[in-house]
Parts: sequence; C-alpha cells; structure tokens
Amino acid sequence: METTFAQAWLELNGVGGFPLLTLLTALPLVFAAISLMLPGDQPGAHKALGFAGSIVTFLVSMVVWSRFDTGLGHMQLADDFAWIPGIGARWTMAVDGLSLPLVLLTTFLTPLVFVGAWSAIDKRWKEFTIAMLVLETGMLGSLLAVDLLVFYVFWEIMLVPMYLIIGLWGGKARIYATLKFFIYTMFGSLLMLVGILYLYGKTGGSFSLREFAALHLTDKEQLWLFGAFALAFLIKVPVFPFHTWLPDAHTEAPTPGSVILAGVLLKLGTYGLLRFAIPMFPAAMGTFSPLLLSLAVIGIVFGAMMAYVQTDVKRLVAYSSVSHLGFVMLGIVIYNEEALQGAVLQMVNHGLSTGALFLLVGFLYERRHTREIADFGGIAKRMPVYAAFFVFVTMSSIALPLTNGFVGEFLIFGGSFKEGIHSAMLQPETGIAWRTTVLVGVSIATSGIVLGAIYMLSMVRRVFFGAIGKPENEALHDLTLREKLLMSVLAVMIAWIGLVPGGFLKVSEATVHAMVQPNRPAILQVRSPLDYQREQSRRAPAQAAEEAKAE
Amino acid sequence: MTYNPSALLPVIVLLPLLGALFNGLLGSRLSRQTVYAISNTTVLASFLLSVMVFLGLRGAMVTAPDAAFRYTLYEWIAAGSYKFEIAFLADQLSAVMLLVVTGVGFLVHLYSTGYMHEDPGYARYFSYLNLFIFSMLMLVLGKNLAMLFIGWEGVGACSYLLIGFWFKDMDKAAAGQKAFIVNRIGDVGFLAAMMLLLAYGNGSVDFDHLRVVFSDSAHMLDHAPTVTLIALLLFVGAAGKSAQIPLYIWLPDAMAGPTPVSALIHAATMVTAGVYMIARMNFLFALTPHAMTVVMMVGATTALVAASIGLVQNDIKKVLAYSTVSQLGFMIVAVGAGAYAAGVFHLMTHAFFKGALFLGAGAVIHALHHEQDIRKMGGLKKKLPIIHWTFLISCIAIAGLPPLAGFFSKDAILAETLAFRPNTEKIATYYGESFERQARVKVMADKAPDQAKLAVAVKAERDAYVKSVEDLAIWRKVAFALCLLAAFMTAFYMFRLYFLTFSGDYRGDHHTWDHAHDAPWPMATALVLLAFLSFVGGWVGTPFFHNQFNFFFHWLEPVLARGEELLDGHMTPALEYGLMAASTVVAALGVTLAWWMYRKGPSELGANLANRMSFIYDALLNKYYVDEFYDRVVVRPLRAVSQAAFQVIDRIIVDLVMVRGPGYVLLGVSHAGRLLQNGEVQTYLVGVVLGIALLAYYLV
Repeated sequence: METTFAQAWLELNGVGGFPLLTLLTALPLVFAAISLMLPGDQPGAHKALGFAGSIVTFLVSMVVWSRFDTGLGHMQLADDFAWIPGIGARWTMAVDGLSLPLVLLTTFLTPLVFVGAWSAIDKRWKEFTIAMLVLETGMLGSLLAVDLLVFYVFWEIMLVPMYLIIGLWGGKARIYATLKFFIYTMFGSLLMLVGILYLYGKTGGSFSLREFAALHLTDKEQLWLFGAFALAFLIKVPVFPFHTWLPDAHTEAPTPGSVILAGVLLKLGTYGLLRFAIPMFPAAMGTFSPLLLSLAVIGIVFGAMMAYVQTDVKRLVAYSSVSHLGFVMLGIVIYNEEALQGAVLQMVNHGLSTGALFLLVGFLYERRHTREIADFGGIAKRMPVYAAFFVFVTMSSIALPLTNGFVGEFLIFGGSFKEGIHSAMLQPETGIAWRTTVLVGVSIATSGIVLGAIYMLSMVRRVFFGAIGKPENEALHDLTLREKLLMSVLAVMIAWIGLVPGGFLKVSEATVHAMVQPNRPAILQVRSPLDYQREQSRRAPAQAAEEAKAE
Repeated sequence: MTYNPSALLPVIVLLPLLGALFNGLLGSRLSRQTVYAISNTTVLASFLLSVMVFLGLRGAMVTAPDAAFRYTLYEWIAAGSYKFEIAFLADQLSAVMLLVVTGVGFLVHLYSTGYMHEDPGYARYFSYLNLFIFSMLMLVLGKNLAMLFIGWEGVGACSYLLIGFWFKDMDKAAAGQKAFIVNRIGDVGFLAAMMLLLAYGNGSVDFDHLRVVFSDSAHMLDHAPTVTLIALLLFVGAAGKSAQIPLYIWLPDAMAGPTPVSALIHAATMVTAGVYMIARMNFLFALTPHAMTVVMMVGATTALVAASIGLVQNDIKKVLAYSTVSQLGFMIVAVGAGAYAAGVFHLMTHAFFKGALFLGAGAVIHALHHEQDIRKMGGLKKKLPIIHWTFLISCIAIAGLPPLAGFFSKDAILAETLAFRPNTEKIATYYGESFERQARVKVMADKAPDQAKLAVAVKAERDAYVKSVEDLAIWRKVAFALCLLAAFMTAFYMFRLYFLTFSGDYRGDHHTWDHAHDAPWPMATALVLLAFLSFVGGWVGTPFFHNQFNFFFHWLEPVLARGEELLDGHMTPALEYGLMAASTVVAALGVTLAWWMYRKGPSELGANLANRMSFIYDALLNKYYVDEFYDRVVVRPLRAVSQAAFQVIDRIIVDLVMVRGPGYVLLGVSHAGRLLQNGEVQTYLVGVVLGIALLAYYLV
C-alpha cells in the first residue's frame, strides 16, 4: 500500500485511526439532517437543535485543540481515505497552526450566532438552522481539507447557504446583493477550478496539496496559476478593487449572516492565500508582491476613508472590514514570521471584534428597524450597558493596547517595518527597490491607525452622545440578559487575547515557522534577489549548527 | 534598609485596575460611600506602597548607587525575533513619577468625592479615574517601550472617556474625540520610532537593553541621521501627548471634562508623559543634538505662543489650560536642552501648583454654580478664604517668585538652557565607525582606495558633523529669550486671573454670591496639601553651594548618566545668581503690571489696549485661528476627499464600470444577439443580401 503524506502524520500523532476531523466537519451536517426531519412549525425545536449542534461541534473542536501539538509545524491529526478511486481523489483532512485558530473561531462564533439570531430571525427557523449548520460544515471542511478537490467541494458548499441566508432573511435590496455576491465569488471559484484541474493533469492523478506543491512549474505556469487561485481568494477577502460586493452583502444580510460573513468567510480568502496559493507558487508570489502590497495598503486607507463617509452603521462596519483585512493582507505579503503571526492572529481578532460589532448593530436594528446614524444620537443615556459594550468593542477595533486588535496590528507593523528597514540602512545597494516599496507602503498604512480612530469614534459620538434628538429613541430599552451574556463572552475573548496573547500565538508559532522556512527564500529570490542572498548567507551558519545539533 | 520591594510593583499597578473593574461592573448597584471608599482606598494604598518602594530604593542606593527594582510579570507577545514582556522597572526616575502620580492622583480622588457629590454618574466617574491611574502607572513603571506605549494609549483612552464624561453635551463628546484623534497622530510617530528601535535592539525595546545598545559605538546601525529620525519620531509622540505645537490643539478643548480631571490628567500627570518619555530615552536623544534642538525650539515656541493666548482668555479654565500648554513647553525646552533633571523637576513642581490651581478653579466654579467666566467674578477673597489662599500661593509659585517651587524649577531650566552644550567630542566618537563607512563609500567612488586619502575623508566627514552640531549653539540663546518672555507673560496672566477672580468687587449676580460657599473638607484638604507642596516642593532642588543640596538632581543621576555624559556644562556662580535675579525681576514685573491693571477688576486701560490693537487682541482671543485653520486644511478636505472618492472611485469606477460594467456589456451583446434572431424574414433577407454584396466585393 502506498503511504500518503497524511498517513505518515496519522501514525505520528497516534490518533489511532479515529477520524476526528471528519467527525468535526460532519457534526453540523448531522444536526442539519435531524432538523430537516422535524416539522417546520416548531421554531423552538429548531432553535434548540441549532444551538445544541453548534455547541457539540464546539466541544469536539476543543478536543481537537487538546490533541493538537503546538510544537509541530506541519499537518497533524490527519484523516485519509480513498474517496473517488477512479480519479485518484482522496478524502484527506488535517489541521495545523494556520487552520486551527480559524477552526476554533468558526466553532466559537456559530453558537453565538444562534443565540444572536434568537430574535433577529423571525421566520423559517427550520430553514435557517439547516442553512447555518450546512454553512458551518462548509467552513470547517474548507479549513481542514488538504486535498484540493475536497477543498473545492466545501468551498462551493459554503456559497449556497450564505446565498440563501441573505436571500431569504435579508433586507430590501437582498436579491441584488445575493446576485452580486454569488456571481462574483462564483467567477473567482471557476478560475480556481480551472487551475486545480490543470495541476491535476500535471500530477497525473492526484489532488493532494503536497503533490501540487511538489510540482516543478515553469515561471509562466506559476504566474497564470497563481493568478487563477489568488483571484478567487482576493475576491473573498476582499481586496481592493474587488470589494464592492461586501458592503452590499453586509447591508442586506441579516445579523447572523453578517457575523459569519465577516467573522469567518472573509478569512477563507486570506487563509486560501496562505494555505494554497503561496506555498504552491512562491515564485509567482514574489513577482506579485509589489502589486499585492499596494492593494493591501490601498485597502487599508481607502476602506477607512469609505467607512468615514457612510451614513449606515452596518455599511460603515463593512468598509472597516476592508480596511482591517488590508492589514492582514499586508502581513501576508510581507511573509516573515512576525508579520505572519500577526496576520493569523488578526484574522481571529477581526472575527471577534467585527462579529461583535455586527451583533451590536443588529441589537439596535431589532429595536428601531433602522441603521442610519442620523436616526440616533444620545442613546447612551437610554442604553448605558449597550453603549459600554459598543465603546469597548470600538477600542478593540481601533487596536487599543491590551485589546486583541493591538497585538495583531502591532506584529503586522513590526514585521513590515522589519522587512523594510532591517540592517538595510547602511547598505542601500541591497534590495533597495523592494525595501523602499515596503517602507513607503507601511508608512502610508500607519495612517490607517488614525483613520480608524476617526471613523469609529465619529460614529460612536453621533450614535451615542449628545442629546436625544428623536422621540423614538426615548423609549429604547437596554440590553436583555441574553444579549448581555452574548456580548460578555465576546468581550472576555477580546480582553483575553489582548492581555495574554501567548497561548494564541503559540498555536500558530511552529506552523508559521515551518511555512516561512521553505517559502520565504523562494519568494525573496524573485522579489528581492540581493536580500535573498544576504538572508541565505546569514542563515547558513545557523542552519549548519542546527544540523550538527540534530546529528 | 535591605528589603526588596520589587514584588510590590505589580500590586501598585493592579490595585487601581481592580478598583476600576469593581466600580465599573458593580458600581451602579453600590452606594456612593462604597464607591468613594473603594476608589480612594486603592489609590491611597498604591501611594503608600509607592512610598515603600521609594524608601526601599533609597536604602538600596546606599550600597549600589544605580540600584533599581525590576519585576517581570509574564511574557506578553513573542513572535519571530520580537519579544515583549509585561515587566516593571522602578528606578530613580520612575520613583519620582510614581510618587507624583499616586500622590496627586489620590488628592484628586479625595477632592472628587466633594466635587462630584451631586453627579449621578459617580460610579462611572470613579471607575474611569481609577482606570486612568492604572494606565498612568503602566506608563511610568514600564520596563520597556512597549509597556510605556500601553500606558501611553491607555491614558489617552481614559482621557477620551473623562473629557466626554458629560456626553449628553455634544461639544464635550466632540472634545474627547478630538483629544483622542490628535493624540493618535502623535502615537503613529511613537509607534514608527518603536519599530525602528526594534530593528536596533534586535527585537527588544527594553530600556536597559536599549541603553546598552546606544552606548556601544560598534553597533551596525549607528548612523546620525537614523538616530535623529528615531528621536524626532518619538518627539512626534511626545508633542501629541504633551500638547506641543502643532498638536497642542486638543488640550484647551479637553477642559470640557470635570475640573478634577483637568487637574489630574490635563495638568499634573498625563500631559507630562512626553517629558517623562524623553527624559527616559535621554541616552538616545543626547546622541542627536539636531533633534534635540528641534525639540527645544518647539518647546520654546509653544511656551511663548500658549502664554500669549493665555493673556486674554476670560474663562478661568481656559487660562489655566493655555498656561499648562505653555508650562509643558518649558519642560520640553528643558529636555531638549539636555536639562533632563530640570525638566523632570519642573514636571513635579508643576504637578503641585497647577494641580492646586485647577482644583482651586474647580472649587470656585463649584462655589459659583458652574460660573467659569472671570468677568463675572471678583472679590471672592473674603467669601472663599481657603480657596483664595491656596490659589494665591500657587499663583506665586507658577509666576516664579522665590522661594516657592516654580522659581527653582523654572530657574534651573533657564540657566541650563543657556549653560549646557553638547559634548561634540564624545558624540562624534560614538559615530566614528559610521563616519568611516561613509568616507569609504565616497573614496571608493573615486576608485582610489588608499589609506591616506581615506583618513582625510573620515576627518572631513567628522568635521562636517562637528561643525553642524556647533552651528546649533545659537538656538539655545533664542530659546532662552523666548522662555524669558514667556515667563514674564506667565506672571502677568496668572495674576490677571488672580486679581480678576479674587480681588476688586464681585461682578456676578447676587443670588450666586449669597450661595457661594468655601470648599468642603475633602476639597479643602487636597487644596491645602497641594498649596503646601507648591510652597516647599522646590527646596529639594536648589542650586546653592554648587548644587550641594540639590537632592533632586543627584537623585536622578543614575538614570540620566548617559545623557549627561554627552553634555558639557559651564555653570558659573555669576551666571547662576545673575539669572536668578533676572528671572525674579521678570516675574515681579509681570505681577506688578497685572496688579496695576486688574487689582480693581477689568480696567479701562486693558479695554483701551484691546481696542487700539484689536488685530492682535482678536488673534489672541481666537487662539490665532489655529482650530479654524486645521478645520479648513485637514478636517474638511479629508471629509470632502473621502466623499468624492466614495462617489467617484468606489461607486462609479470600481462598482459600476469594473464590476457591473462587464455584466452590462454582456447584456448589451446579448441584446444585439437577440436582434439577429428576431424571427423576421425581412431582416434575415437584408442580412443575406448584404452578405452576398460583401462577398462579391471581396471576390471581385
């Protein structure tokens, strides 16, 4: 029997053949199936079922976390079965320090979304429960798959429930928004499918990520394939100028849809780049680095400026996501350990903070059925607890130290500045073009720190402070116990990651190290050959020492 | 004493945080007394523990002159080569700050129990105030630059919350927002500097580590322009927090907060963080006389400009606010001139007298039912005796008359600004290798690498640098002159404020006068203690007998050693005592002029002057129209550009043309395609005929 790479890890971790990750992925689907069999006229049963299903999934993900060895840099806890033998497709799922944080984010947010949906969703609970659980399966599958065909299947599965959630429970212009969302992401996915099939042909019968990454591709092939994969992911992130579907989708989506969309779905774009596009085509990444860096920086600044002029709170938060994911993209493009750790953590942070913001906006919408900033003003007086939570989450969103947002942003900036300045000051002949690009880009990106404070605090002021202008707002009631509990859970996470990020950073540390080891030199070789030589010459003695030690 | 109080450091910091959490989460269910008790006790306990740390440090210095206490709580962020710890450092500088922050902090807490006793938001208020103390302690006790930054942004956030404490008033909420955003602009500079320092420090920004790095002249990045850049970026941060030109605009607006907040945050502690930071980083700043000169000149200009605005303001808090900006300018001049100890000394004495002045102003406002306009005051001397006496003492102290606190600290700044100069020899030695490298690059360009030529080039590099440093000397005289003028204005506007408030006849309505009452005991206690400190606080730093009894400056020596090593000072007794006499005369002149003009209330002379020079008067009264300028040049354009970008780029170019465009094109093509098969035989026939005609044309 051939030994696939997944089987090697299977033995290594001693899970004993139990398909833990497959179970994790399938669990929500099982509960969705139960929901399907129950009659639709009992919303209570479906609410309970959805919540229970997502909680069980969450608990199983905790088991995964406890089994996870943070000391290992590569894939672990793998499941590997023959899936469609005729075409050589295998069912391979595995987890590492890149996917685990996002898996945990997904299983953590989904139960919260069910609690948040309690009153936000007022019809068709059965359909909603099924859609949400299928969506969770889609997300988990996409994150855990290391076989490109499996990944593609889950990637497409995610699309349908999201389409339904916006289309069935969305706002007035939901049809336009769903169409845009669907066509846009579908367009990207199809290009990716073409890429996958091309690579499949090259390998001669395997969809495995490892086989794909081991292929020797010409530069031209790399560029085209990177383009195909990256476009799918950039649309998902979304990176400027592919972002316009996002504000529309967010504005029309119901609160639970927005939370999942911002919390997890967008990260699948950045995750895809890190998991697939970059390791498979590092040289092409080197070529595209200046372009992607520019787009990331434009996203940071442009997204913030767009957020500043929005009149709808939800649209504002949507544009703020464009800006925040610009930071994540910046960290990814830089691709050194500091920036990557920051980027991975910032994906989780953004999920928590923006998820919390969308929930908060939803609470207000349920009360007043409007999200226009101008319809509010002075409501901190009527809703002090709500205002306190909102200001707290705002502080996280604008990256105040000791909140989660700071840790991620700080590391991304740290890594980026390091890329731009480290020991280059006295050797201007070394890689000047790339370093200058980085330094200029990062310097522009720092303005995002100020712009973030401007648009968020302006919005907070206009919604919460001043006198109550509208009589309708006099009758607003503060958060209910359910809402308070929901926000408390998120607030604790925000403070926890901000105060003691060590455990969270540790999860991705070894993986990031293992990713940087082979990929960074390959990227650097193209984008800044002189830097590549310098890093290699510096690394050589250290590596020799390490090898000597190992022997 | 030999006990080691390191373990007290986290306790000192965490106590106020616990107080803040407790009152913040449960405060609305607790009685006033409980909230007061918790908030005051935590800060008082922190103060007492700080005293223990201070005494412990004194004890430890007997055996080790550069003793300091360090305590690492845990590793905060570690990624790649970067490592940041939550760790505390109590050295001589931190100890001074610790005592000022917890000491003045406690008095303001005590005072607030009287000041806020009618406000329904007491729990929120005390929770914020405790949170502020926590952040400020993180700032002054941080063992590395990242810790300092946590505190730095933390105090900014607390300031935001407290300025906008009465958020129902939109102007107050806007003032809080302005403070936060302007500070954030400074913070970007700070952050960028920290990133550069990370490259220098190989991933660590620990102060102990950085001090070693910047003492080692063989470091790979040592390069004068880089060091200057780092220093200037740090100063951008300091200018934001310590309200220097051009970022000072938030501080006058910050007076929207409750007055005890103005005393604590916007006078005594937070705004001095920039001064503290530069003193802390003296080993870096001292290496770059160019950046230091910029710092000094910005400080001097700020001191003068703010003092001139203070001359004509009519709101009691606005006068004090501009006075604070001006005094912060003095401190910045000090640290820019290399007079770090003098700067920190003035920071401390200023905390006493400006704290007393703000609390006194608050007591007046409290007594007069929220009247802040000094044109409607006057004659309060007899009605409010405690407030009056404490206010008068603090006014004398800030005016700089001997032997009160402000005299000694301000005099030290003026004298050392004039007397110090950078030790170019030592600084040039530090940059030795970098001169050599630059020279080598230039000589190599000549394609003639010979040793003699190289030596000449190195010397040329070095001489050019030394010359550029020596050329800076003139600026010290300019800064001195500006400061002396500002000192005169200070004496004048402070006593204008004093006379208009307390002397002459009362000019407000009689209902208010009848109900005016002197400060209740918590407020009076704070006032008396601070006034007492304003009186005697300067005596720890007197220059007499060649600084023999200058305990304060000696105390700070271990921290400032490296910075002072890079300085030359030529302080002769003649200069010393001559300057003392001069600054006393200047202050006395200012006081006398104010007495002459305002002892009986607003004078005709003042009104005439204002009419005669209405152009200048209006400019001063309207603060040189700086806010208006920023509004036109920064705020509105940002909004307009964003709006235009949204409409044009986002909606039309990206969304309509690039995203939906292809869809419409496809739709258009499809429509055209549909025309081709519309089922009408005539159309088809026309097509056939045209086709044949075309074919015929080509074939024939």
